[in-house]
Amino acid sequence: MLLGLSALGWQACSQSSSETSDLPYLGERQLVQREVDGQQVTDTVYHRIPDFAFINQDSQVVTSLTVQDKVYVTDFFFTTCPTICPKMKSQMLRIYEAFEDDPRVMLLSHTIDPQHDTVAVLRDYADRLQVNSDKWHFVTGEKDSIYSIALQYMVSAMEDEEEPGGFVHSGAFVLVDQNRHVRGIYDGTDPAQVDRLIRDIPALLPKKKKKDADKN
Amino acid sequence: MLIKTKILLYVAGIAALFTLTRCFYSDKQNEGEQLYTQYCANCHMDDGSGLRNLIPPLAGADYLENHRDDLACIIQHGQTGNIVVNGKNYNQGMPAFEHLKPGQITNILNYVQTNLGNNNPRFTIQEVEKQLRKCRHLLED
Ligand code: HEC
Repeated sequence: MLLGLSALGWQACSQSSSETSDLPYLGERQLVQREVDGQQVTDTVYHRIPDFAFINQDSQVVTSLTVQDKVYVTDFFFTTCPTICPKMKSQMLRIYEAFEDDPRVMLLSHTIDPQHDTVAVLRDYADRLQVNSDKWHFVTGEKDSIYSIALQYMVSAMEDEEEPGGFVHSGAFVLVDQNRHVRGIYDGTDPAQVDRLIRDIPALLPKKKKKDADKN
Repeated sequence: MLIKTKILLYVAGIAALFTLTRCFYSDKQNEGEQLYTQYCANCHMDDGSGLRNLIPPLAGADYLENHRDDLACIIQHGQTGNIVVNGKNYNQGMPAFEHLKPGQITNILNYVQTNLGNNNPRFTIQEVEKQLRKCRHLLED
């Protein structure tokens, strides 16, 4: 706990170092003019995931504060999905294992079938995956909020009776930085792309100080 | 002329026999593998390892031997409820594949039985058809 806290505190001070990584900022950007000392300067405002609030497998509220100062990977799925979801989850497990001991990284999986995927169903699912809820949140909520946040992550998710299981959705894994900017979108069913995602995450993390590394 | 026809018939006969035996043993390894990749690998994974305690393995699964007589029905009609595979409980529900024909089910099963690290006896299409005729009782309990 202490270790986790100190890592967090340290990270908050050095957030700017993530800005130097080569990963692109995805999504629409706006140019905003402002005046500084009589000079016109243009700021680029990157697409940012808006505030959100969902409920996880422990009935805890997961909000934008939960992911504050974290790098997180997010996806959309449903527990009864007859198609790509188990593959996505087996790939997500690889990310989980790679960063299991790094409190700066989190995973956030949204169900797109909140009617079926209640807290209890998500609890059972997470238990069977044998993962820790501090690290990997499985969240449910209002259907509309889930579908609209999916759009913000640039992921398609909607109901469609024609589709197997009743939903269309993409297998995308979205990489989000400490400031809720989308920094990468990967095919979560493709091990090669997930390899790249696992390599990209450290680029967003502040370099560990020697001191820190010794502590671990 | 007559002899030629006879030979032709003979050749055709062998060919027919050959195709028949092929059908009988349903030896289309490729079709089995293709169908497995298309319909099963999403959940059971390409190597049949399954997914933790959510999706049971097919690789080295004792279930394949202990429940040989139910396998065709499981594929055709899906499976729900708690099952035990290699000592672990699973209870997630597998969807039905109503559209698969007995021949296709035979090929998938033979792929599973003789790959993914398994070395179990193969199925004939007759055995699969016989199982499929008796599925009802499985669905009712
Ligand atoms: C949507 C995911 C999914 C798909 C697709 C799927 N299965 Fe399953 N399968 C399961 C689950 C979950 C169970 C366990 C069912 C239970 O708990 O009752 C299972 C159980 C089984 C079992 C019995 C248990 C074992 O491990 O031996 C067999 C055999 C099987 N599946 C074969 C197949 C075959 C062959 C296909 C392709 C035609 C297939 N499955 C497609 C999810 C799936």
